[in-house]
Amino acid sequence: MRNILAIAHKELKSYFAGPIAYIAIGLWALLYGYFFIAILQFFVRNSMQMGQFGMGGPQSMNVNQQLIRPLLQNVTIMILFVMPMVTMRTYAEEKRSGTIELLLTSPVSDFQIIMGKFFGALALYGVMLLVTMIHIGLLFVYGNPEWKPILTAYLGLLLLGGCFISLGLLISSLTKNQIVAGMVTFAVFLLLWIITWIGSFSGPTVDQLTQYLSIIDHLDDFSKGVLDTKHLIYYVSFITFGLFLTAKSVDSERWRG
Amino acid sequence: MIEVQHLTKRYGRVTAVDDISFRVERGEILGFLGPNGAGKTTTMRILTGYMPATEGKAIVAGFDVFDQPIEAKRRTGYLPETPPLYPDMSVVEYLDFVAKIKGVPAAGRRERVRQAMERVRVADMATRLCSKLSKGYRQRVGLAQALIHNPDVLILDEPTAGLDPKQIIETRELIKELAGDHTVVLSTHILPEVSQTCQRVVIINKGRVVAIDTPDNLTARLRGTETMYVQIDANGADAGAALGAIPGVTRVAQADRRDGIVGFEVDSERGQDVRRELARTVVSSGWGLLELRPMRMSLEEIFLSLTTDEMSSAAAASGDAAQAATPEGDAVNA
Repeated sequence: MRNILAIAHKELKSYFAGPIAYIAIGLWALLYGYFFIAILQFFVRNSMQMGQFGMGGPQSMNVNQQLIRPLLQNVTIMILFVMPMVTMRTYAEEKRSGTIELLLTSPVSDFQIIMGKFFGALALYGVMLLVTMIHIGLLFVYGNPEWKPILTAYLGLLLLGGCFISLGLLISSLTKNQIVAGMVTFAVFLLLWIITWIGSFSGPTVDQLTQYLSIIDHLDDFSKGVLDTKHLIYYVSFITFGLFLTAKSVDSERWRG
Repeated sequence: MIEVQHLTKRYGRVTAVDDISFRVERGEILGFLGPNGAGKTTTMRILTGYMPATEGKAIVAGFDVFDQPIEAKRRTGYLPETPPLYPDMSVVEYLDFVAKIKGVPAAGRRERVRQAMERVRVADMATRLCSKLSKGYRQRVGLAQALIHNPDVLILDEPTAGLDPKQIIETRELIKELAGDHTVVLSTHILPEVSQTCQRVVIINKGRVVAIDTPDNLTARLRGTETMYVQIDANGADAGAALGAIPGVTRVAQADRRDGIVGFEVDSERGQDVRRELARTVVSSGWGLLELRPMRMSLEEIFLSLTTDEMSSAAAASGDAAQAATPEGDAVNA
């Protein structure tokens, strides 16, 4: 555990020592701010219209359903763009600069190294999620959204981010080149995101299959405030599998030399 | 302290290390000598647990590097060819991180980092970012990193590469200092380094051990005869003939001549010390004996004869290598 923490701490520090953390968080805040304003305006106009048509006051629209849910779903787009920047260097950079020799000849197991890197990236992602909470906090000042669905939505986002990180780690462990790692990660994320598109035309079996594979569809219940073990298990097993493959990739590299 | 038995490493069809065996005793400095691509780095990487061997085994500080890697790594310090520094960490931060993952307890960690920095003389750069360090300082921080957990075994891959002459001397001194409490294996392709720092040398070429011995023995044994250099002020007399008449002398060749002072190379049968006879002959003839010293084949010559020419290497080293390649033969030599 001590080793995992030491490596996670080092990873997090190295994000902030270079420009990566600042660029990732900055872009993240910018995009999220834009989404927030766009969706908020849409929400305000809708509730005004509903008020005019005599369907009750502005408060009759559900803040959770109409504002927070679409907003947090849009966060997934941002993960798609920002996460490859975070994970692409994790292994590729260590391999290029030779520091991987330090890690692999230190008395730490591969598992500890991988978990350290995973939690390091997850911590940076956590900071990004904290940024999004500022805006949600504002909603609590002016309205009164329910906090429980927000909590489950954040849990879902955290798990979703974990999936992307474990996949990003795997891809980064396969190459020495950060750019390659970044591009491949982005392509795979995008594919996992749009995989349902072919499903809707290809009959019920394919549809079900692609929906199950789609990393985004599993988030829907979380953002509604539903905690379904089905999705929990999906995410947790996705993360575990990704990390497992990363471990295998690191180990096979060692054998191949 | 280190025992390597029949180690072999293949990358696909390429054999990088081919059936290497040797052992290193506690407190010894072993030099690993070979041309580029001979398998030095691969052997070291196997010893440090960075990669597994295809065949054979390696025991470091009593632990098999493959079966008990964590225990073996705990007792090993490793400086790879390029020092594994994180460019965006300061020297102190970096060493602190290394100390953490090497298992130095939190209580004495700060002190240990300070000691390591003082030992390799980088304390003045403590807060500088690793990316801003000069090559010499990088190498030293790399060495500090290998030392930080006070390991039994130090494995240094070309520790003096890229340093200026003053730094090279400092580093060699440091390595010699360390040898008391640590067992050191270092690789190099710089020959004088081996004769200056190492107690024993393993010469490898194309993945095979060509010879294992002390630098002195290597020099002596590779030469069938012993050669003396004699400088004489003979007043124009034919000193060469007189020297050739001494029993045991097999060959006399004039090496240089200046103002009536002549230098000779005198070969004698191996194991026969002709120095006394040489001196007596010269003095009793009334000549001036200006210099008398044994000539050794330099390590360069040995190295070249062992590694460049297959034929001569097979001939010259057949006895040594066959004997030395097994740990038993090695022990006898040591």
